[in-house]
Amino acid sequence: MVTLSVEDLSVKYQSQGKIVHAVDHVSFSFDKTESLGIAGESGCGKSTLGLAVMKTLQENASVSGKIIFDGTQILAVSDSEFTKEIRWKQISMIFQGAMNSLDPVFTIKKQFEEILKKHNFQEDHIKTIEHAISTVGLPHSVLDKYPHEISGGMKQRVIIAMSLILKPMMVIADEPTTALDVLVQAQIMILLKKLKKEGLSIVLISHDLGIISEIAEKVGIMYAGQIVEFGDMKEIYKNPKHPYTIALLDSIPKIQESKSITPLKGNPPSLVNPPGGCRFYDRCPKAMEKCKKDPPKIKTATGFVMCWLHE
Amino acid sequence: MEEILSVKNLKKYFVKKGFTGADKEVTRVADDISFSIKNAETLVLAGESGSGKTTIARLILRALEPDSGTISFDGQEITNQKDHLEKIRLGCQMVHQDPYASINPRMTVLDIIREPLEIHHIANKEERNRLALQALGQVKLEPVQDIAQKYPHMLSGGQRQRVAIARAIVTNPKLVIADEPVSMLDVSVRIGILELIKELQQKHGISFLYITHDLSTSRYIGHRIAILYLGKIIETGPIDEVLSSPHHPYTQALLDSISEPDPDNLHRDKKIRINEPSHVDIYQGCRFRARCPYAIDTCKQEPELEKVSENRHVACFVKIN
Repeated sequence: MVTLSVEDLSVKYQSQGKIVHAVDHVSFSFDKTESLGIAGESGCGKSTLGLAVMKTLQENASVSGKIIFDGTQILAVSDSEFTKEIRWKQISMIFQGAMNSLDPVFTIKKQFEEILKKHNFQEDHIKTIEHAISTVGLPHSVLDKYPHEISGGMKQRVIIAMSLILKPMMVIADEPTTALDVLVQAQIMILLKKLKKEGLSIVLISHDLGIISEIAEKVGIMYAGQIVEFGDMKEIYKNPKHPYTIALLDSIPKIQESKSITPLKGNPPSLVNPPGGCRFYDRCPKAMEKCKKDPPKIKTATGFVMCWLHE
Repeated sequence: MEEILSVKNLKKYFVKKGFTGADKEVTRVADDISFSIKNAETLVLAGESGSGKTTIARLILRALEPDSGTISFDGQEITNQKDHLEKIRLGCQMVHQDPYASINPRMTVLDIIREPLEIHHIANKEERNRLALQALGQVKLEPVQDIAQKYPHMLSGGQRQRVAIARAIVTNPKLVIADEPVSMLDVSVRIGILELIKELQQKHGISFLYITHDLSTSRYIGHRIAILYLGKIIETGPIDEVLSSPHHPYTQALLDSISEPDPDNLHRDKKIRINEPSHVDIYQGCRFRARCPYAIDTCKQEPELEKVSENRHVACFVKIN
């Protein structure tokens, strides 16, 4: 059974007379028992993809395509219906920048209660909140504190506890460890790994291929609004096919080896008027004449790759 | 090799006074810090936020006054004398972390790079333009003439950081302090910047003090490393040796926390060899004691940085292997 299946999803932002193609005809699907990593650099549309699944895009965004979650076509469901049935109850989200996602003028407990009230939670509030806060390894005393009284790592744990409070099947985590210290980052990853073991499906959106390898069975590599390669994490990391995936994996210095790395030249194209043909054309070391035409989606053993080289 | 910078017993305590001025809270951001950098060498200063990395950079450039200790630059002890300050502020330049904040959005690239020359009264106007354009070429921002007329908002993050580096090298410095120069940049452009730093070092013999929390990039660029923990250097040595066989438990914990892209991570439990911090006075005895899984009774005394082999020093009684 498939948990989340995205079919031909496009998101366009209208801004100052320009159209930004943030997500461009993206399709993929993955199973309930798996977790997914979406990797890409800033501005590639990975956060927009996450927001589209949560139906929390800004007003100037127009969405087309299908997002099917557990049999429901999310984009066809009305907003109020989505809030009532799916948002936070089945899919929740950990937003980027934990430091700023809490309200500074309310205690942590108040902010938990807000979620429960919003979703008409009937069971014992206090018990549920205390349980959630224990799951993420924090003492109950945190609940009476204000956000400024706790450290960044604790705030991130509170945010994770909030995303779990209504027991969703799936959590979308958008850069959950950026802006945290190295040791704290690793501790948050340990927590996410534990939650995953307990049955939670995680969609991890990150630029860091290292942390994705801790969590995700499936990986989608995003470049300039498109998923250029998708498949099993093991397969992609061991045997990357798209030249961008290869370059991305190569560009990470390893702690135990000191070989020289050839930097990738250039910058990703603008998403306002993305060029026709392969979007990686200008930067690709293997570009050929054919690459000026839109690359086909070629099936691989565990997913697909969008590249003429593998035709 | 000669030393370009030598820092000895540098101390800086920040004192926060309470409302009445009675209860003082002292943070020891730099506590008896000593290190040196040789010509054409890259020293990495690594540690978490709050460990005092940036404070040390600011002390070197005298943006902050040290409480005690000496800083010698190019054979000259730097004091508050005007000619001393001019010497270090000309010969030692800085590249900051955030290229979106460190360059002025209202100046053209040419003006930004020319500014240090104007401040230090180097050359005449035409010569300054020539030097600025030359620096742009050195950081590989081409076509030079085009880029020079642009404003920062027309450039990408990586290009901006190159502008900041061009500004740092235009005065022909002997030492460049790079404070997390790639942490705000995308993965695919990071290597380009690191390669550029290496190349500038090889061509012009510039020494670098590379400040970072990221051990993987520091391994790529550094020769020696000093690990900081709460204002103290706890381990130093050649970077390859320190990172492949750390002696200090904190260095080991930092290495444990790195996730490299490795498919085997998925089914492997991630472990960091560190304890939950307990409440002990961090300034009594070893500062890492509260979180250290190897702590013994002796750790209630403060460990000194002692020599363990040819080039390596560690401040730990246990010295793991």
